[in-house]
Amino acid sequence: MTSKDTAVKPAEPSRRDILYIATGAAAAGAAAAVIWPLIAQMNPDASTLALASTEVDLSSVPEGQIVTVKWRGKPVFVRHRTPAEIKAAEDVALSALPDPEPDSKRVQKPEWLVVIGVCTHLGCIPTGKEGEFDGWFCPCHGSVYDLSGRIRSGPAPTNLEVPPYAFIAENKIKIG
Amino acid sequence: MEGHSQYTPKSGFARWLERRLPILSFMHDSFVSYPTPKNLNYMWVFGAILSFMLVAQIVTGVVLAMHYTPETTLAFDSVEKIMRDVNWGTILRYAHANGASMFFLAVYLHIFRGMYYGSYKDPREVLWILGVVIFMLMMATGFLGYVLPWGQMSFWAATVITNLFSAIPVVGTAITTWLLGGYSVDNATLNRFYALHYLLPFIIVAIVALHVWALHVTGQNNPAGVEVKDVKRDTVPFTPHATMKDAVGIAAFLVVYAWLTFFVPNYLGHPDNYIEANPLVTPPHIVPEWYFLPFYAILRAIPNKLIGVIALFASILITAALPWLDTSKVKSAVFRPLFRKEFWIFVAVCIGLGYLGAQPAEGAYLWFARVLSAYYFLHFLVILPVIGRIEKPEPVPESIDASIMRGKTSHV
Repeated sequence: MTSKDTAVKPAEPSRRDILYIATGAAAAGAAAAVIWPLIAQMNPDASTLALASTEVDLSSVPEGQIVTVKWRGKPVFVRHRTPAEIKAAEDVALSALPDPEPDSKRVQKPEWLVVIGVCTHLGCIPTGKEGEFDGWFCPCHGSVYDLSGRIRSGPAPTNLEVPPYAFIAENKIKIG
Repeated sequence: MEGHSQYTPKSGFARWLERRLPILSFMHDSFVSYPTPKNLNYMWVFGAILSFMLVAQIVTGVVLAMHYTPETTLAFDSVEKIMRDVNWGTILRYAHANGASMFFLAVYLHIFRGMYYGSYKDPREVLWILGVVIFMLMMATGFLGYVLPWGQMSFWAATVITNLFSAIPVVGTAITTWLLGGYSVDNATLNRFYALHYLLPFIIVAIVALHVWALHVTGQNNPAGVEVKDVKRDTVPFTPHATMKDAVGIAAFLVVYAWLTFFVPNYLGHPDNYIEANPLVTPPHIVPEWYFLPFYAILRAIPNKLIGVIALFASILITAALPWLDTSKVKSAVFRPLFRKEFWIFVAVCIGLGYLGAQPAEGAYLWFARVLSAYYFLHFLVILPVIGRIEKPEPVPESIDASIMRGKTSHV
């Protein structure tokens, strides 16, 4: 860049320009490669990922009861719904829901509702059989969920999440 | 405020050192001969108090770290061990916990002082923004520290605050998982919060150094809000004048701090934090520490998750824009009749939000919180810009010296 030619007319890129760009690009690439592990180490480690499934025996849950099991460090509510509760959950018009989802899409067998027990607002644990719809009520900021774990009022944006689960026997599910 | 150093090394060693590292003259110019406006009132002692509190928190924190264990099955017990077994542990822990409250009390008074006297205005915008950065780092440090005892409030505060990030569209959940190091608050979270709680105070020290540097470039504001024109007539040397005044302020402040620490050490705490963290039970009524309550009230006032979170962060960040939102050329509220009233309304709004943040988010409380949250933002975005244009300020003294001679002096 010190020669007169380059100062007067920006001619073809010189060898030096290419070296500058290549060196800069290599340094940027190396910096990114160094930063990556420093950032990625904060993501869940192998042992956390390994605890990814839980089995639940449903035969010990009488009708009308809710049990709470731990999956990935979070509570999962398993609710044995009564016929009246199932009917109440199914009869809601979708237009009445902030996050419309039919009950049939949220359960595999109507008598068993399985949802992650973490309020979708800011992560508190809602209390069962409370609130206007007898579903759940979050004591932190007042979100109300119905008998299908769907948000009905309050600041939470979405329904209680349904975790991936499967019936591995008539009375046994595997979550995760 | 710049000028040639008045420092002359007296001993042979001082002369030797001065030619190699002029630290003695730097200290002398910064804390002895440094000219301070001669009309400063007692609202100007909080800088010194905050420096004192920063050192107090680091010292008590480092010794607590020698006994604390950042592991979920041991953390709560290690804090109880500090309380029962460690020599002087009870007092060290109470001094640190109440020290955080006193630190925030001082920083709020310091911020309101700056707002009343227009300390953020030209040429102190960078000084003010550095202050906002320090305040945010303090909030982060205070929150991280509150999680460490691993009580119920610790755990659920960590859950709620990290979940704020889940409101971010698309990447929110991934960011929350990354922050937590898992799918919920657990050992990975506690461990990293401990590391960061130890780190951030030293970053605060670095930003405080910049804050003081910026202060020493522009010089201090003062109750009259006029700049120093004649160093001889308008200022007095930092030592003994400001040093002594700061010492009196720190002593008075320590009385309150000592009373809290020794007589009512749990007054500002929450009893639920003496119950060990339980990931399966949320306490029926969760509240943050008192110094976060106004912001918490703003978060809860808004019935939409994303907008609530944006409002929470905006309510803090908006203070950084104050130098450009306040359109008045006059700095001090002493000469601004309309702003003076608005300032006290704003203080009342902030205290009101603090009260509402501690109440359940329902019924009339919720509506009051909405009204006050709206006023909070209106104050910055509408009222301040408008007042600057329509207000007729009282005559501003031509100099600091003249402001004293005229009688309308430093007091509020």
